[in-house]
Amino acid sequence: MLAIDRIFLHERTGAVALGSLAASGRHVADPRRAFCVMDHIVDTRPGRGDRTLMPQGQAFISETRRAALEAGLTLYDVNDPDQGIMHVISPELGIVLPGCTLVAPDSHTCTQGAFGALAWGIGSSDAEHALATGTLRVRRPRSLRVLISGHLAAGVTAKDLGLALIARHGAGGAKGCAIEFAGEAVRALDMEARMTLCNLASEFSAMTALIAPDEVALAYLQGRRYAPEGESWSQAEAHWRRLASDPGACFDEELSLDASATEPMVSWGVSPAESAAVTGVVPPTAAQRPLAYMGLRAGQALRGIPIDAAFIGSCTNSRVSDLRRAAALLKGRHVAPAVAAICVPGSSAVKRAAEAEGLDLIFQSAGFEWRESGCSMCFYAGGESFRPGSRVISSTNRNFEGRQGPGVRTHIASPETVAASAIAGALADPRELLS
Amino acid sequence: MKPLTRLTAVAAPLLLDNIDTDTIIPSREIRSTGKTGLAAGLFAGWRYRSPAGREPEPSFVLNRQRYAQAHILLAGSNFGCGSSREHAVWALAEYGIRVVVAPSFAPIFFGNCLRNGVLPAVIPGATIRELAQAIEADPQGNPLTVDVRAQSVALPDGRSWSFPLEAEPKAMLTEGLDAIDLTLRLRARIDAFLQRDRAQRPWIYLGAER
Ligand code: SF4
Repeated sequence: MLAIDRIFLHERTGAVALGSLAASGRHVADPRRAFCVMDHIVDTRPGRGDRTLMPQGQAFISETRRAALEAGLTLYDVNDPDQGIMHVISPELGIVLPGCTLVAPDSHTCTQGAFGALAWGIGSSDAEHALATGTLRVRRPRSLRVLISGHLAAGVTAKDLGLALIARHGAGGAKGCAIEFAGEAVRALDMEARMTLCNLASEFSAMTALIAPDEVALAYLQGRRYAPEGESWSQAEAHWRRLASDPGACFDEELSLDASATEPMVSWGVSPAESAAVTGVVPPTAAQRPLAYMGLRAGQALRGIPIDAAFIGSCTNSRVSDLRRAAALLKGRHVAPAVAAICVPGSSAVKRAAEAEGLDLIFQSAGFEWRESGCSMCFYAGGESFRPGSRVISSTNRNFEGRQGPGVRTHIASPETVAASAIAGALADPRELLS
Repeated sequence: MKPLTRLTAVAAPLLLDNIDTDTIIPSREIRSTGKTGLAAGLFAGWRYRSPAGREPEPSFVLNRQRYAQAHILLAGSNFGCGSSREHAVWALAEYGIRVVVAPSFAPIFFGNCLRNGVLPAVIPGATIRELAQAIEADPQGNPLTVDVRAQSVALPDGRSWSFPLEAEPKAMLTEGLDAIDLTLRLRARIDAFLQRDRAQRPWIYLGAER
């Protein structure tokens, strides 16, 4: 049994957990350590309120609000300046800390393991359990170390590392293990890139992923709202610096990856495992079912496949560094005529920071829509989506059938690959635009 | 939670790997903040001819007469990957699926099954294909028997295979226990732990004096 230090809810699954808790006459054990945000189905068009394009969406928002406030949770509401995708705002606010346990009824909670926290996604029943008891019954996961050596070349990112790993070992490759990402290429990543990498552990069937906290993590957290201060920070820091695997530590499983040999990746099928280098081809051995859904042929070159839309956003790749890298390619260029392009910052704070740097203007003059923060079109809940059959290059994490809308063909890739493809009007290699 | 001890029922094969929870229940089918009314949305993208409609797609396994009344699903590896939505299990359970047999499950989905009286039985892929083959000619005449206590899946001809299940989840399934009730009985021990922990990691305890 583990004590749970932080619980995070969102409006898509929060009301059901809180409602069920209240219906059973129980209450939240420590509401001061439980948070809730409106991120999943909130509208991302400018001037938003509670109204959302998802049918019945408003009920999710209002019921979650009522339940969260009644239970005494800290709520980041639709137009709160701290609103954003939970895995973006939790680090921004210093809610996740090294060595803490953090759970949320959201499978990408593993993103926050980038800080050396044990952060993992759970279902609603376990969320209810964690809220009511401050604990969870968990089986100790088996451990998997993924050692990433070498250096990322220009135009290649943490997203490409994650996709390359999953493409090589399959969507079930992590077999429920807790992953430790280690190695020089991981150390060299900034916190936002580390979050991207840990985010993809969910697509690898890992229980979670983590990275040992170091200077980079501590520097990121210091001064954040819920991070300790003064004497308390020093005490915490001493504790956090011990959170590293011993040099000769044994893991149940080990995998390795060479960052230097990794290329920009793009998915061609309906699982993140169905990905290949953008310079490559749809595997000649590809199964018929994903090809039929995606409207592709085995052996077809990926580069040059025409796209209808481009999406930059999601808990994988919507932080300010992601937007900066995409903007660097978009500056002075324009998306291809028929491409609908949308950028959705991961949080309201990311949006403000990007605007302070003028990134919004670069996106907009390149032909991108510039939105309010949220999950937006990362997934389809019945509201806004792309046209059935349309082909979308997307910085998100899931290319499942129907994930972005019925019949929508999603290709996942890094923000720079999305930007380069939007400009070309077809799947493209971002390295060709690097000066 | 409805206890599950032993079940003899028709099994339907859906032997694809990586069936995700978006496929088990598309997000657009989750229309209320409750746990019910989800069965109609189960596998909606595959089960109906059009996304908005309800006209059955005749080729989908659960729509085929020969698999009518299936309470057991045979599936491929990494079943239930993707979104953590417990609605996937609620939809399966409400539809009547009490057992999913697969070579492996995504971790969150596995836990969600156990919390809702659905058995995730891990059996090697080759065995599952053998099971599917054995029942194929006459699924109605060849129901599978799943015994949770004995941890076995058996064909009517007596061939049987075992699956792993730890003591605690087994007790939860067979007795229909509520995990929160069990944990709340340990309140005193939990509080004692928290008191010690608060002294060691005060920065974790927000809102208290630091
Ligand atoms: S951005 Fe997408 S993957 Fe991330 S939490 Fe939101 S819906 Fe889930």
